[in-house]
Formats: sequence, structure tokens, C-alpha cells
Amino acid sequence: MLWNLPYLAVVIITVIGLAAILLKKNLIKMMLGINILQSSANLFLISLGYREGGIAPIYTLAPSTHMVLPTPQALCLTSIVIGLATSALMLSFAVIIHKKYGTVDLDQIRRLQG
Amino acid sequence: MSKLVRFAADILYPVVLIFGLYIVAHGHITPGGGFQGGAVIATGVALVIVAYGYREVTQWIGKGGLMAREVVGLLGFIGTALVAFIFGMPFFYNYLAGQGGLFGVPVTYGPNPGELNTGGTVPLMNFAVGIEVWGGLALVILYLLSGLVPHDDHEKEGS
Amino acid sequence: MRKIVAGLILGALLITFVAMILPLEFGSPRMSDMDDYFIRYGQEQTGNNNECTAIVFDYRGFDTIGESTVLFTAVIGVGIMFRRFFGGEEVEDE
Repeated sequence: MLWNLPYLAVVIITVIGLAAILLKKNLIKMMLGINILQSSANLFLISLGYREGGIAPIYTLAPSTHMVLPTPQALCLTSIVIGLATSALMLSFAVIIHKKYGTVDLDQIRRLQG
Repeated sequence: MSKLVRFAADILYPVVLIFGLYIVAHGHITPGGGFQGGAVIATGVALVIVAYGYREVTQWIGKGGLMAREVVGLLGFIGTALVAFIFGMPFFYNYLAGQGGLFGVPVTYGPNPGELNTGGTVPLMNFAVGIEVWGGLALVILYLLSGLVPHDDHEKEGS
Repeated sequence: MRKIVAGLILGALLITFVAMILPLEFGSPRMSDMDDYFIRYGQEQTGNNNECTAIVFDYRGFDTIGESTVLFTAVIGVGIMFRRFFGGEEVEDE
């Protein structure tokens, strides 16, 4: 069981992110939940590509040629930048909702609306 | 902010800028690349905004210039990939690697001390993407801050 | 009531995920043919010492084009929203 510790961490982080999305009413906290979910996906990709005793896939002054898989790391890089773009969009939505309604709580927004 | 913070920001901003450009330029032989270096440079812009306040910074760093940087970066990235059509190669072919010219020193298999003049089109794309991320992230920071500044002329933000 | 339902759903998801990760082995990926090819021939084909950069910008360049476009679109969207909702006609001169 202990050798699967990174995957267990992935499961725990995923459930924490889903709980934040499902249970919280604050828009900022929901956005943090989405970011935590994205971090868990990144950690899952990185730990899928790990090879026992491998080094980073860079040949500059490398001590050996036994390297971890480079493709999940590249996909992770892509995913990080896309997550940054989406969190910028979500934050600006939250700022605009706060300007329009005066609050970022979902229940109060619903009450104010109807 | 206080004078001490402004002085520190004056000293640290060129250092952060040069460090980000170093990460961008050495992206093909050391850990780093366009996205990471651009993010570091955008952090330097955020440092200046923290130290001097929104209203003063927008007089030096215009939104139009940052948007131009972003557009130039994206078009440069796509254009570098499109040049491969001229040589009769497929899209994104690395037409500079191993040719002996600019960024064209051939690299053999195995660990080596690293040579800056290698990599083919990858350093050019690193620079293009670095410029794009610099403009994009700094623009996002400036826009998000412009929502927080009160628009009737109170001068209480920043200083 | 709502919290109890959400807690039950989360517990079921936790058990499902743990059951899904149990057969995985950390430290020994099952299929690594493509990555072995990249590690072996990436240096000669692209001239990069950094295989991650070689994959991001050379082998899988289309991903990076999509990523750059997503970043560009997000920044444009943020700009449009803030310009409309915060009366920013004056911010557009360089």
C-alpha cells in the first residue's frame, strides 16, 4: 500500500477539490476547489510518468541516461498554463459579479436575482 | 508603499527581468522555457505594481504595449512554424536543427555540457512564447487591478 | 440534507478512486515505448538537451499552439469584460 502513496495523495486531493466545489457557496472558494482539482490531475500525470531512480529528462551534465518519462511533464506544462488562463477568467467573473450584486455568495445572489 | 520598498523594487526589477530572460534563452539546455521565463518576468511587473501603485505604473507600462507584445509573440510562434512550408517541410518541422547555421550545431546522443547554439527552431519559439506570456500575464494583472481601483479620483490606492 | 447527500457522493467517489488506483504500480510505467523513443532520438532529431522542451515545442507543437491560443483568448476575454464593466474608455491609450 505504501508504494502507492502518490496515487493516494491524488485521490485525497481530488476528493478535497470536489468537496469544495459541491459544498461551498462562496464563488472564490469554488474557484479554489477547481484549482485544487487541476493540481490533482497534474500530480496524477507526473506520478504516472515516474520511473524508479530516474532523473529529469535533461542531458546537460546528466549523471546517467535513466530518465523519467518526458511526455507527461510536457502535458503538465500545457495544463498549468491553461489552468492559469481559466482561473484568470473565473476571477474576473467573480470581480464582475461582486460589482453587480455586492456579494459573491451564491444564495444571496439567487435571492437578489429573484 | 514606503520609500524603502520602492528602492528595493528599483533594484530588483532589472534583476528579475534579466533572470527571466536567462530562463527563456536557456530553455533548450537547462530546466525552463518560454512559459516559465515569461511568468518570472510578469512577476517582476507585479513587484513594480505592488511598490508604486496602479496609477503610476500605468503611465510607464501601457496596456496597448502589453497587448502588442502578446500579439507579436503569438504571431511569431505561428510564423516560425509556418516558415517550414518554404523549405518544403511539414508544419512544425525543425528546419534549423543540425544544419550548422543559427542554432544549428548538431548534438549527439548522451550527456554533454550544453551548447547555447543548438536547438533549431526551439529557442526562437521559446522567445516568442516568452514574450507572449509576459504580455498576457502582465495584462491580466493590470486588468484585475483596474477593477479594484475606485474610479472616482481618490488617490488612496497604492501609496 | 444536501450536505449528507454530498457527503455520501464524496465517500462513494473516494472508495471508487481508491479501488481504481490499487492495481497501479508507482515507479514502473507500463507503456513507455514513445517516451523511450523521445529519450533516445530526441537529441539527434531536434538538437535539444532538454527533452521536455523538445516535446513541447517540436514533437507536440500543435498542443502548444492550442495552449497559446487559449491564453490569448482568456486575456482578450478578461480585457473585454473589464473594459465594459468598469467604464474604461480612458485606459485604452498607450
